[in-house]
Amino acid sequence: MTTTGEPAAKSRPGKQRTPQRPGDLVFSFSAKAAGVLILLILAAVAVFLVVQAWPAIQLDSAELAEEVHWVGDAESLLDYVGPLVFGTVLAALIALAIATPIAIGVALFISHYAPRRLATSFGYVIDLLAAIPSVVYGLWGGLWLMPKLYPVFDWLATNLGFIPIFEGPAADPPRTILTAGIVLAVMILPIITAVSREVFLQAPTLHEEAALALGATRWEMIRMAVLPFARSGVISAAMLGLGRALGETMAVAMVLSPGLLYSFLILRPGQQQNIAANIALKFPESSGMGVNVLIFTGLVLFVITLVVNMLARWIVSRRAEFSGAN
Amino acid sequence: MKRIRYGRIAALVAAGALVLTACGNDPVVAGGDSGGNGGGSEETSLSGELAGAGASSQEAAMQAWIAGFGAANPEAIVTYDAVGSGAGRTQFGEGAVAFAGSDSVMDDEERATAKERCGGTDAIHLPLYISPIAVVYNLEGVEDLQLSPATLAGIFNREITNWDDQAIKADNPGVTLPNKRIIPVNRSDESGTTENFTEYLAAAAVEAWPHEPSGDWPLQGGQSAQGTSGLVQTVQGGDGTIGYADASKAGNLGVAKIKVGDSYVEASSEAAAKVVDESPRLEGVPEGDLAIDLKRDTTAEGTYPIVLVSYLIVCKSYEDAAQGDLVKGFVSYVASEEGQAQAEQAAGSAPISDTLRSEVEASIESIAVGS
Repeated sequence: MTTTGEPAAKSRPGKQRTPQRPGDLVFSFSAKAAGVLILLILAAVAVFLVVQAWPAIQLDSAELAEEVHWVGDAESLLDYVGPLVFGTVLAALIALAIATPIAIGVALFISHYAPRRLATSFGYVIDLLAAIPSVVYGLWGGLWLMPKLYPVFDWLATNLGFIPIFEGPAADPPRTILTAGIVLAVMILPIITAVSREVFLQAPTLHEEAALALGATRWEMIRMAVLPFARSGVISAAMLGLGRALGETMAVAMVLSPGLLYSFLILRPGQQQNIAANIALKFPESSGMGVNVLIFTGLVLFVITLVVNMLARWIVSRRAEFSGAN
Repeated sequence: MKRIRYGRIAALVAAGALVLTACGNDPVVAGGDSGGNGGGSEETSLSGELAGAGASSQEAAMQAWIAGFGAANPEAIVTYDAVGSGAGRTQFGEGAVAFAGSDSVMDDEERATAKERCGGTDAIHLPLYISPIAVVYNLEGVEDLQLSPATLAGIFNREITNWDDQAIKADNPGVTLPNKRIIPVNRSDESGTTENFTEYLAAAAVEAWPHEPSGDWPLQGGQSAQGTSGLVQTVQGGDGTIGYADASKAGNLGVAKIKVGDSYVEASSEAAAKVVDESPRLEGVPEGDLAIDLKRDTTAEGTYPIVLVSYLIVCKSYEDAAQGDLVKGFVSYVASEEGQAQAEQAAGSAPISDTLRSEVEASIESIAVGS
């Protein structure tokens, strides 16, 4: 603090001006460069996707069937991408439906229930889940989780089979979209938990204390003071998780028997497929136009994730006055 | 408090570093140093760099060949990029690599490109990797399963859906088959294994298999898995499952005997090599080209027709003498008894027969080097 006194004194006679030193210039330049760089990379990816996908977009259906044999019965490019988009979104939504309630519970436990010391280390453990590579989740899902899921799925199919989505017979081994959704749920749990926890911690203590003072129980206090305050934050946390679930590749490729159908049967194999896993499966043996078609599906995924993230931003900004995030 | 946290971070970093180094220490090739001692002592050893690319089916065998060849010729560096058959043929046609590995034969267009690349001479196929494809199953209480081509096609076409179906009973007299649903498993990625398996079904069971042979599985809505290991794991994970995989990867799964002629034949190296010998060469190919017109519907005794034959594609002449010598030396090693034994050990492939070897050797001899 003492060192800043001298230059400030020098500039006092004239206009009040912040002093400029080389460090400031270097820092502002490098910060700006980093900011511009990320935009450039994003633009480069977008341009790459569009340029590479363009030949596929221009093909008519007859040429498409001739050049790329694995499009199957698809009449056009959109016909081929449609089921993939459906599968991608379905898997992500299943993951979100499972992960969000759990994540909120965990985050509330850390922020409002657990003793301080336990909460910190518990938070670390949750964050650690995010550091596990997805291929490991795939192995875990395929080798450990699947045998344990089959009895559950079988029970669902036998007893709740009258509900259309649970129509049996259940796949054995259960390489279905529901398994993929469960594995994805575990993978997106950390990010949703981490963001929700931060938001819950920022709930105004005065409100909480006021609620308690009025005789609210702890649950009532959370319901009245914390959850309404944190709603937009939790939604954007879920959207971030959704973004990750949409783009997940290896784990899905390893636990799902893919198929290209618009199907809600989540206990049957070979019904749905996700875009990223499809690229991973098809790319190694693809050449020529096949690669362009795959890149087109990548472009579609890029757009979907972009839209999801923008939606998350919009929801957050709409309720900006309540959110502690800004 | 702060110090504790830094300690944790340091521990994490250290753990991460350990994990990374562990990844880097993978043994590259097992059993590579056992080759070499016998060969190449009298000949002058070759040197230079040789690049190949293509079929991933050959990758494990190729690793063994490269190691064995490298032991005999320490100055020579051979690389193989397992980019897939199609991409390998493209790279070969572009002149990016000196040889290609391919599960299928070049079409006319590719032949024309290859001819241009080889300075006006043709490119030839040498069948040097033969791998039997086993029909694997996981069915409790059934040790020996026998299947005729029509039954096999019916199962994979999902027409036969239960293990106690009449057709399966007819193939397995005296065996009690459980009343259980059949779960056929196929590969979810495009693969040479699928292509050869469907080629077999289309040829041997014309009526029961209405689909075109293809590297992509033609049916939707069933169990499937990525790669051979994924498929084997899926078959293992269910009860009543059946699939197809490299015979060497079958592990402890049951392997079905397939009906050829009047008897049921097990998937073995000898039977696989034999069907290649029994099959005629493809017609209308350049001299020295050994592309095989596999007789999938063979009835010859002791042959196993569900095989994957992968070729090495080389030019009939190389302008660059050093490169040409290197290609000839490497391919000769691959075709040699030692090379084939290395591949059998590393990849579980079937060694080529002596008859085929002498043909391959003649073809290699005919490759012109220098201008």
